[in-house]
Amino acid sequence: MVKLSRRWTCIWRSKIWFLLPGLVGVTVFALLPFADMAIRSFSNGIGNYRTVSGNGAFQLAVCNTLRFAGIGIPILLVFSFFVALGIYKSKWMRFLKSIYLLPMAVPTAVLVLIWKAFFHKAGLFNQLLAVFGIREIDWLGSEAAFWTLIISYIWKNLGYTVVLWIAGMMSVPESLAEAARVDGATERQCVRYVVLPQLKPVFYTITMLSFLNSFKVFREAYLVAGAYPQKSMYLLQHLFQNWFTNLEIDKMAAAGVLLAVFFVGCSLALQRLWGGMN
Amino acid sequence: MRMKVFRGMLFLIGIVICLPVLALALGALKSERELSDALGAVIGASGGKVSWHLLPFYPTGEHFWELLFYTPEFFTVFWNSVKIVGCILLGQMLVAIPAAWAFAKFSFRGRGALYTVYVILMLLPFSVMLLPSYLALHGMRLLDTHLAVILPAVFSTFPVFLMYRSFCAVPKELYEAAKIDGAGEWQIFFRVGLPLGSPGILSALVLGFLEYWNMVEQPLAFLPTASKWPLSLYLPEIDLQRAGMALAASVITLIPAVFVFFMGQDYLERGIVSSGMKE
Repeated sequence: MVKLSRRWTCIWRSKIWFLLPGLVGVTVFALLPFADMAIRSFSNGIGNYRTVSGNGAFQLAVCNTLRFAGIGIPILLVFSFFVALGIYKSKWMRFLKSIYLLPMAVPTAVLVLIWKAFFHKAGLFNQLLAVFGIREIDWLGSEAAFWTLIISYIWKNLGYTVVLWIAGMMSVPESLAEAARVDGATERQCVRYVVLPQLKPVFYTITMLSFLNSFKVFREAYLVAGAYPQKSMYLLQHLFQNWFTNLEIDKMAAAGVLLAVFFVGCSLALQRLWGGMN
Repeated sequence: MRMKVFRGMLFLIGIVICLPVLALALGALKSERELSDALGAVIGASGGKVSWHLLPFYPTGEHFWELLFYTPEFFTVFWNSVKIVGCILLGQMLVAIPAAWAFAKFSFRGRGALYTVYVILMLLPFSVMLLPSYLALHGMRLLDTHLAVILPAVFSTFPVFLMYRSFCAVPKELYEAAKIDGAGEWQIFFRVGLPLGSPGILSALVLGFLEYWNMVEQPLAFLPTASKWPLSLYLPEIDLQRAGMALAASVITLIPAVFVFFMGQDYLERGIVSSGMKE
């Protein structure tokens, strides 16, 4: 009896209890179901993958999602870099950072009505543009819907990216810039030749994180424009959602595995940038 | 001079960023009449243009009054949100804090590989996990219950990742010293780990709250019954004819998020930075 209880105490004290509950949950809710999906995706050989890659909606969604990332991310990165450069070292840094970060706290659903008032054909944005003599644009019902999405992506993520840039700039040793200044470099040369090269690793991580965050614009697109928005803002997430509604399990499984493979690649690259475990 | 213009621009951009939130907060104080005039084009009641004045002509609290005293379903939905977010965060803390400590302080076989799996799971978009989660929840007969939204989120690996980074900063010597003094693993965890890792824990809480208060995809997929929805799904469904009420409900939804944001801004920034940089 004593022996048994000692054994239990031993197990009870074991370090495994730190990790086990979480690991069981992750296995039950993520790893096993994912394996289940991967197996289902091969339910008729590679037939499902053929169907998916030949599917018009899938091609449209992939194109739009990549186009969104390809255009949205460079704009966000450049814009936020200059903002960070301006805020950094300013005595207003804290205040400005809070303002730029505020959209992160605003739930998407809260602004649906406001976005509609802004981007409606007869809305405020068009009235503002009219002042500059720009013709009325249908921001939700035409090709321009794509740009509506870009604008809301930048609105939401600007602060996040600025904070990352500033953290990167802070980590550049002041002595380097100082030395360049002593050698007679102008402020602009300092940024171009001293700060910028040091920010290269930060640049890669920010790009990757912005890409991952770009998948969250679905919320705006869905809540403002519904399940079948204008063609130019039909994203992969819409497609998955609609396949899900129609219970097209085979297609979802194959497309899910494809997307997962792509993301595993991204994650591994990102982890390399973080320098792995210490 | 150039610098001044640049700085001025920064403030201007700041104002533009805040404008939608201001428009919302002040719009909720407008009378029903003023709103239907302003939004006629959007609601579809009349043609013409949207005409939005930032300040209300005759500020009124009638929409808040109506919402709080004559709209019982708003309370149901509000409490749904509170319940879902509260349970998720509580569960995450119970599960993720010890796991993060284990990754940071213990060495065991397969630790690196397992950590990589956690990072991958954290970065996968919801679209990938939509079908797997559905199949799992269906198998457990949890669909259309709040647990369907809560449980998968509890086992999210993002908080583990965030807290791992702050636990790593706890000096190894401290851990070793405590051990030599005869403290058990859990004792060290509670007495040394938790206090020193608290910034990381708070970062995870702040980021988690903002994320789950804004949860859209999961309830959309797993909660077909409207009375179980959280605020983030209910708000866009409010009839546009009742724009005043929709705005008031939006403002009330916004308040907890903004409160958490301002209280936890330092931790939020910390969380962002440690989610993006190697330290």
